[in-house]
Amino acid sequence: MNIHEYQAKQLLKGFGAPVADGVAITSADEAAAAAERLPGPLYVVKSQIHAGGRGKGKFKELGAEAKGGVRLAKSIDEVVANAREMLGNTLVTAQTGPAGKQVNRLYIEDGADIARELYCSLLVDRGVGRVAFVISTEGGMDIEQVAHDTPEKIATIDIDPETGVTPADVDRINAALKLTGPAAQDGETLFPTLYRAFLDKDMSMLEINPLIVMQNDRLRVLDAKVSFDGNALFRHPDIKALRDETEEDAKEIEAAEWDLAYVALDGNIGCMVNGAGLAMATMDIIKLYGKEPANFCDVGGGASKEKVAAAFKIITQDPAVEGILVNIFGGIMRCDIIAEGVVAAVKEVGLKVPLVVRLEGTNAELGKQILNQSGLNITAADDLDDAAQKIVAAVG
Amino acid sequence: MSILVDKNTRVIVQGLTGKTGTFHTEQALRYYGTQMVGGVHPAKGGELWHGSEGETLPIFASVAEAKEATRADASVIYVPPAGAADAIIEAIEAEIPFITCITEGIPVLDMVRVKARLDRSNSRLLGPNCPGILTPEECKIGIMPGSIFKKGNVGIVSRSGTLTYEAVFQTTNEGLGQTTAVGIGGDPVKGTEFIDVLELFLADPETTSIIMIGEIGGGAEEDAAQFLIDEAKKGRKKPMAGFIAGRTAPKGRTMGHAGAVVSGGKGDADSKIAAMEAAGIRVSPSPARLGTTLVEVLKG
Repeated sequence: MNIHEYQAKQLLKGFGAPVADGVAITSADEAAAAAERLPGPLYVVKSQIHAGGRGKGKFKELGAEAKGGVRLAKSIDEVVANAREMLGNTLVTAQTGPAGKQVNRLYIEDGADIARELYCSLLVDRGVGRVAFVISTEGGMDIEQVAHDTPEKIATIDIDPETGVTPADVDRINAALKLTGPAAQDGETLFPTLYRAFLDKDMSMLEINPLIVMQNDRLRVLDAKVSFDGNALFRHPDIKALRDETEEDAKEIEAAEWDLAYVALDGNIGCMVNGAGLAMATMDIIKLYGKEPANFCDVGGGASKEKVAAAFKIITQDPAVEGILVNIFGGIMRCDIIAEGVVAAVKEVGLKVPLVVRLEGTNAELGKQILNQSGLNITAADDLDDAAQKIVAAVG
Repeated sequence: MSILVDKNTRVIVQGLTGKTGTFHTEQALRYYGTQMVGGVHPAKGGELWHGSEGETLPIFASVAEAKEATRADASVIYVPPAGAADAIIEAIEAEIPFITCITEGIPVLDMVRVKARLDRSNSRLLGPNCPGILTPEECKIGIMPGSIFKKGNVGIVSRSGTLTYEAVFQTTNEGLGQTTAVGIGGDPVKGTEFIDVLELFLADPETTSIIMIGEIGGGAEEDAAQFLIDEAKKGRKKPMAGFIAGRTAPKGRTMGHAGAVVSGGKGDADSKIAAMEAAGIRVSPSPARLGTTLVEVLKG
């Protein structure tokens, strides 16, 4: 689960991290009052959407010469003018896709005098099974580009879960970021604080890009991006409450209510599969035969007839879907349950596109019988290859 | 021969008394008499577990007690996510040699805690978020459907449950059969990795070929490929076919498995496929042709 920058900063501030003062607004009428609460004379007006690359992003409705999604303002009037131009418009960045995201909220922040921009993130390093700091002196740019062009400028320091961040770890981080004097002293507090926040809130990623050294040689968290481990949300109702559903796909929200693993994609063949690996492989084989999947959908191991029906309905509701492939290898999942769920869903919402079903494993014959006797226009497939070819041919 | 489990493996169940634990314990007992020897439930020690066909198993209050009474050398965990990490740690502390955790959805930082304990122990953990392990006609630990297996010579290792079934089914249809199939699971932080299983398959004389199924996310497939290259230089090499799921997955999105995500420019399918091919694995572009690809490799 992702949250907005302003939420991430409030959260980090609660742990004692140095962040600038700021106010979130949802209407341009609030802009002047928000800016008046800040010291000035420099302000930053930042679009709050769940995507990176905002600074370089462009607003769809504004001309190519218009400024991006993060703007500097040197007076309260400029704050207000920018807010009027940005709010309600659609920001397209490298991460939003061509459709972009509507900016419904701005964060007005106190400006800072920047001496150096650094990069600092925390994540779970799968190789060692530990939380690690990933740091670089090259802050403020796309870290993937830095990793690609100058990998030697990125350092990874993993933390022993038994000890937490030790003074020796801090020394290594400070050295890698070339921090000295007051900035290094700030690091002694900041890095253990970030680690504690990461652990306490079950984050899956905490990215500060940039972390800045200001002209006064102090550190400040200038941007913050935080994601949380969805599997740990059950023990963090406070974090759950930060969810902004307007940032998420409506089909994905509905799928989550049914505990379905569903990801909306851009193609036109809907898929319903059991198992994450097989669901990905089903997308891959559709592509192999020349078409694009409309979604990833894993109904899981022990789905009920109702859950299967819900999944099927979510898939058929997508107007881009021109055909559906159901691919089941029943282990725990019984094929007859899948068949009953599909039949129930089709009876309720109808079936306007071709449907190919491949059933294998537990109770496959019973499942096929249920589909045959349903009187519905369903094409049966013998195996995964056959199924993929049949749905691709049917969509044409 | 087989790897990790055989007809002598004695298994206790943590989370036996729940619906999932009960169902899969019945299935295991009915699969060539897998030696399920007891269960663990802190509040039900001393009671008996009853299967639907009259089977019974003793329930113990702790893993340590169960191990002492049953001489178990393996444990399988069906405990819900919130308590699963503690269940694994209990099994580690009781010095169970082989622990399999089926549970999906364990918070990743809980697994970081488990991993630290595991690294200081002599236990081996399979999973979590995995289908378990099965040696045909001998032992079934976990949730794989026994009916698709056939005793044979292919070793199968996979990050995905249902793709393991595909590989098993297809090698059975080709008449090859399996020595052992191992599902290592889809979580980012786990116990057994590809390399551990490949080492065992390379050392097992009855395993004459291997299928390895990976997916996007992390670098375990690349590590495994390097391991295979290093072993081949020492003269240890077996014919292999493979598959990587998630070629079409969008960057930055988690695809069902918590570990299946391309992030920070790492873990995409193409680099994994390239690494595996460089290690001599024939990577099938289609998940439907795992069996036929292996047959082609074996024909040379």
